[in-house]
Amino acid sequence: MSELKYPIYLDYAATTPVDPRVAEEMMGCLTMDGNFGNAASRSHTFGWNAEAAIDKARGHVADLLNADPREIIWTSGATESDNLAIKGTAHFNRKKGKHIITSKTEHKAVLDSCRQLEREGFEVSYLTPEDSGLLDLEKLKAEIRDDTILVSIMHVNNEVGVIQDIEAIGEITRERGVLFHCDAAQSAGKVPIDLEKLKVDLMSFSAHKIYGPKGIGALYVRRKPRVRLEAQMHGGGHERGMRSGTLATHQIVGMGAAFRIAKEEMVEENARLMKLRNRLWNGLKDIEEVYLNGDLEQRVPGNMNISFNFVEGESLIMALKDMAVSSGSACTSASLEPSYVLRALGREDELAHSSIRFSLGRFTTTENVDFVVKTVRGKVDKLRALSPLWDMYKEGIDLSTVEWAAH
Amino acid sequence: MAYSVKVLDHYENPRNVGTFDKDDLSIGTGMVGAPACGDVMKLQIKVSDNGVIEDAKFKTYGCGSAIASSSLLTEWVKGKTLEEATQIKNSEIAEELALPPVKIHCSVLAEDAIKAAIADYQKKSEA
Repeated sequence: MSELKYPIYLDYAATTPVDPRVAEEMMGCLTMDGNFGNAASRSHTFGWNAEAAIDKARGHVADLLNADPREIIWTSGATESDNLAIKGTAHFNRKKGKHIITSKTEHKAVLDSCRQLEREGFEVSYLTPEDSGLLDLEKLKAEIRDDTILVSIMHVNNEVGVIQDIEAIGEITRERGVLFHCDAAQSAGKVPIDLEKLKVDLMSFSAHKIYGPKGIGALYVRRKPRVRLEAQMHGGGHERGMRSGTLATHQIVGMGAAFRIAKEEMVEENARLMKLRNRLWNGLKDIEEVYLNGDLEQRVPGNMNISFNFVEGESLIMALKDMAVSSGSACTSASLEPSYVLRALGREDELAHSSIRFSLGRFTTTENVDFVVKTVRGKVDKLRALSPLWDMYKEGIDLSTVEWAAH
Repeated sequence: MAYSVKVLDHYENPRNVGTFDKDDLSIGTGMVGAPACGDVMKLQIKVSDNGVIEDAKFKTYGCGSAIASSSLLTEWVKGKTLEEATQIKNSEIAEELALPPVKIHCSVLAEDAIKAAIADYQKKSEA
């Protein structure tokens, strides 16, 4: 048995460590004897070498997605890609229409970009997913209007890991002549993406979710049929004028390496993670009053979002100090607001307050999972022994009928 | 967020966890908060004939600071008269536990809980 290091990292959906193979390649692009040049320098080998490395990386990213390298625009990350895709296409197409459709469980980078467009006079419809976390596509169809210019739906949800049917969404939007943007920050390298087949017009990516570095991402912008957008960042006209700024060779090379490794190892890694995830869920699901949030089948292998009823999430996280997990809820307690994603899935506030997201990844081991199961079971018992709600549940009191002194 | 040593101590080793028979006339029960808000505190006091709190027990659903606030409170009220226990301020709890601003509401809840427990005891003894 390998030696366990604590805390055990189980927050791969938040970010991942850089794969040592990726770090190695990045380190070759920083110092005087490395590939440090400015890819826009046309007059010497330093520039040419940097450009060659970036082209290679662009090829690796395009390869994972079955896209043309010329469709890949480097950005600082998925947040910037979302902003560029949504605001950029809305601004470019504002004469065609001002209606945008998205969903309530999107990442804040999408939701807040839409809010900004609302302030500028655009109209946004926010779809509510089914309790499984998946969208009812008939409801999406019904929302499309003659002045709808963009639909933005994520591929895999960051909190609950459910996979939307973007193939079907693409058929709907293409038929209606509406652009389709998809945030794929949580899906690249975990779910097969074939942009020859999918009718997705814009897709956002991030490197740090799949063992690449933070601070680098990409936006896929389809060439056929051609998608046009207004730049948000102006300057030297890099990236075909869509995103100016000197290209960060080391970051880009890192993202390219991460995407190349993902393509090579995805099938094997998914099978391994699926086993670990099932081991985790099988170890926990027989605890009384435990609920899985989001669909189990239509879900990425690494994600388990579980509510432990009558135990408050933040105190459970505190008890699980030997592992790094996150509360599905944005439990700052200042706002007292549980996760907006879980609420959109129809979870009662109590269950939303009691959720923990375990996200597994490349360096998670069977021993890690067994430790998690054992620890969680013990801590849930301990906290329930402290919980007045657990006592009431055990006495057969229906908590929804109690009049609480809300504060 | 980093918790203070005192919060961690009460959280790891909560004092006076448990339940008294709420129908007993010497017992006052206060339950405050709501599951939807992420905090429910139940505080019970056992009061002697001469109005002194002999014992206290709590159960809390909530974050570590909420658990620590109620645990600390059970220690503080023991041996106090009802009048003295009413005087406990949330600011004293917050200060003792070094609660950060976002967790002040936990100490407010604890103050509400002891007031509710005393009110329940008094209501029962008047009946």
